[in-house]
Amino acid sequence: MIRAENLSKYFYVPHKMVALNNVSATIKPGEVVVVIGPSGSGKSTFLRCLNRLEYADKGHVYIDGVDVLAPKTDINKVRAEVGMCFQSFNLFPHKTVLENLIMAQHVVLKRSKKDAAERGMVLLKKVGIHEKSHVYPDQLSGGQQQRVAIARALAMDPKVMLFDEPTSALDPEMIGEVLDVMKALARDGMTMVVVTHEMGFAREVADRVLFMDKGEIVEEGTPEHFFTNPQSDRTKLFLSQIL
Amino acid sequence: MSSGLGKPRSRAYFATWTAAFVLLVLGIVWALGYATQKVDYVWRWYKVPRYFYYQDDVEIHAGIQGTVAAIVQGSDGVTTIIVKGDGEQESYSLPKGTGSRVSKGDFIYPGDVLGSYKDWKVGILLIGLWITLKVSFLAIIAGIVLGLLTGLMRISDNPCFRWLSITYIELIRGSPLLVQIFIWYFVVGTLINSMLGQAGLPLVPPLWFGVASLAFFSGAYIAEIVRAGIQSIHRGQTEAARSLGMNGTQCMVHVILPQAFKRILPPLAGQFISLVKDSSLLGIIAIRELTKVTREVITTSLQPFELWFMCALLYLVLTFALSMLLQYMEKRMINS
Repeated sequence: MIRAENLSKYFYVPHKMVALNNVSATIKPGEVVVVIGPSGSGKSTFLRCLNRLEYADKGHVYIDGVDVLAPKTDINKVRAEVGMCFQSFNLFPHKTVLENLIMAQHVVLKRSKKDAAERGMVLLKKVGIHEKSHVYPDQLSGGQQQRVAIARALAMDPKVMLFDEPTSALDPEMIGEVLDVMKALARDGMTMVVVTHEMGFAREVADRVLFMDKGEIVEEGTPEHFFTNPQSDRTKLFLSQIL
Repeated sequence: MSSGLGKPRSRAYFATWTAAFVLLVLGIVWALGYATQKVDYVWRWYKVPRYFYYQDDVEIHAGIQGTVAAIVQGSDGVTTIIVKGDGEQESYSLPKGTGSRVSKGDFIYPGDVLGSYKDWKVGILLIGLWITLKVSFLAIIAGIVLGLLTGLMRISDNPCFRWLSITYIELIRGSPLLVQIFIWYFVVGTLINSMLGQAGLPLVPPLWFGVASLAFFSGAYIAEIVRAGIQSIHRGQTEAARSLGMNGTQCMVHVILPQAFKRILPPLAGQFISLVKDSSLLGIIAIRELTKVTREVITTSLQPFELWFMCALLYLVLTFALSMLLQYMEKRMINS
């Protein structure tokens, strides 16, 4: 499904900083991969390199065999098939909830507004906010906004969903509702790559956990292996700090 | 707006300072009146309305030489005078309410007044106001288009577009509008009209060079307003739109510009108001806008005080209306 090969990414702020160092990973169809690690470890950068929101300086990314980093690739087509949710939701504030869902379906997939609205309502029902479809995003709570954002990404019928710390900006009592939506998604067999600090979610839902530090994947394995029997010292230290 | 951070104010505080304000304004008005009396200026406000709207005497002149053969009173109030000359005959119709000054059998020479009536005509100040309005409107529309294009070019990745827009903005902002108007009229205008003349085509009237100078001038400022507005939209909006598969243009049209437009309306209103006021400079290239006609009126009426105040008041009406319109648009956009 997704194959990342030897990804390297540097930021110049203003001195050269290695954000990703030779990272390789494979995500199989239907797999839920959770990426964890301390802040600044490059996990968000890794995720953003997968749909070219960041352009990796070295290496390759293949999604369904399409070379994402190749200049000839129609990146918009790739992105339309890869859903993404952000830490800060990034809903379009000038559009209602339903219009948020309609926009890309109409503009990118050329669906009629009526079909797009129907599809949108189905998804809003799925994430449990269909009764707020005509409300503007700023009238929703953080958890509701994030669920709308998930529905907006799902409206494009993506093959993969990328989550970039979807619960980090939420009040504690709202984290559960978003995680529930994500769990349901995982149960439905969606391929997911999730960057998160929610260890409970990782343990419960993940098929595989990637632990990143200083731009490298330090350890990877099943949640069971990762949480009960970590190999590297860096992982042990991290887990001892957060658990 | 009270911030609520200062100490609470009493009613007496507001009453006192409101009174102070009123007194100050009245004092300034009185001082002006007193000063004009000292220099023997006579205020004649009654002379002003005629420059807005006036009754003109319209005379009907005979075209031929001859005698008045008949004066026919029509049922619709129109009087027809028939003049018979040497082998020729001409009839003149006088609209309703016009008294004829000749009677049957009178001998008429060409140019004699057969009758006259009064007609209301639009005064020169209103004509000037209309020209100002027209020039400003055209320049605002062209300025928006120019500003939007330049603003988008300014943030483009393409170095040619970017440098083109920076050069344009810096050139325009770095030179006086008056000089730019001269360049448009005396340089660009001369070149274009000379070439058109050589090709036997109709010439471009000065008004259009005036519109061009104002449009290009405000376009540079609008470009910077547009750029700032676009850049003020959070990066996450672009990322969200692009991650959904929209291309750069779709993202700009559907996501960024609608949001940016709300934010650029207030500074845009200020720019439009400036533009209306800057149009007062166009008198120097023979465009008879409001300031130019005011100067013309003063040379005939010799009442400069009243007319300059009136001129300022008319600009104020225009700018205030514009400001209200944009505030209304802003409110509507926020509510939507």
